Amino acid sequence: MSELSIWLLFVGAAIGTFALRFSFIYLFGKFEIPPLLQRALRFVPASVLAALVFPALLYPNGIFDFSLHNIHLLAGIGGGIVAWKTKNVLWTLIVGMGLFWVLPLIF
Amino acid sequence: MKTEYQDFIAGARGALPILPSVVPFALICSVSAIGVGLNPVQAAGMSFVMFAGASQLALLQLLSEGAHWLVMLVTVWVINLRFTMYSATLAPYLKEEPNWRRLPFVYILSDQAFGVSMVQFSNATPANPAWYYYGAAGIIAMTWVISAIVGALVGAVIPPSWGFEFAFPLSFMALMFAAIKDKPGILAAVIGGGMAVLLRGLPYNLGLILAASLGIAAGMWAEGRVQA
Repeated sequence: MSELSIWLLFVGAAIGTFALRFSFIYLFGKFEIPPLLQRALRFVPASVLAALVFPALLYPNGIFDFSLHNIHLLAGIGGGIVAWKTKNVLWTLIVGMGLFWVLPLIF
Repeated sequence: MKTEYQDFIAGARGALPILPSVVPFALICSVSAIGVGLNPVQAAGMSFVMFAGASQLALLQLLSEGAHWLVMLVTVWVINLRFTMYSATLAPYLKEEPNWRRLPFVYILSDQAFGVSMVQFSNATPANPAWYYYGAAGIIAMTWVISAIVGALVGAVIPPSWGFEFAFPLSFMALMFAAIKDKPGILAAVIGGGMAVLLRGLPYNLGLILAASLGIAAGMWAEGRVQA
């Protein structure tokens, strides 16, 4: 991507995100969040993040691999257990990246 | 009655305990940005322009996969939809504030600033809640930007062979488990993730957005059944 398109991408992402941040502060007293949207919003983070994680672990280097040779999957499961127990980004990274570097030396 | 300045300082102090979680996340965003081939100015600039770490990491992952720009934008906006909830919750506290003062602080609205402010407001609402929020959001944003710049400098010396892209799914997992609060949440994640694997072949990474929508629908369906 060119220098200009990268910045345009950031600015486009930022403008949309600002609109979301300002949305109901701007609309206060004029418009309430529809209940259906409010129910949907609750599930956005879990669903989107899972949709990013699962393929990244099962398609290392772009090819489907569900086996013990898939280091991404093994280290991802290890990191996932830490993520589940601690809900902490830093600890998940330390354990997950650690496994990602150490496992290839064993397998 | 406390002055506005005192509440601003109280907000900044209230945010202190959460700052240690802001620093590594900003570092990770910058280091990851360098990892997918951005230069240090772009890496730090991204954090300054967007102020939304999870969506930045998603954008970077899609960038490295060569996704269509529209899919990248929509993915960022979908991840940041949660800000509308924060916006609605904060709105009553900011309604008297002039735009010239509140808009910069709306721009830097973060999960952490929202969390810190609402915990305080639900215990004891300060005399000037808007200023308390400004103090919290301000110190968090400052920490975020400084850490992003440090990360961009550090990232520039980390060799690509370390495979730091793997930090993306790992950080997403921590955020995902923090977002799952109940059984319908688990179903939303399982369906969203499972469908993303099945639909991965769709062009322009459209499978991601479709899968996430199905996951959200599944969560809503499960919640409806629990209540019924």
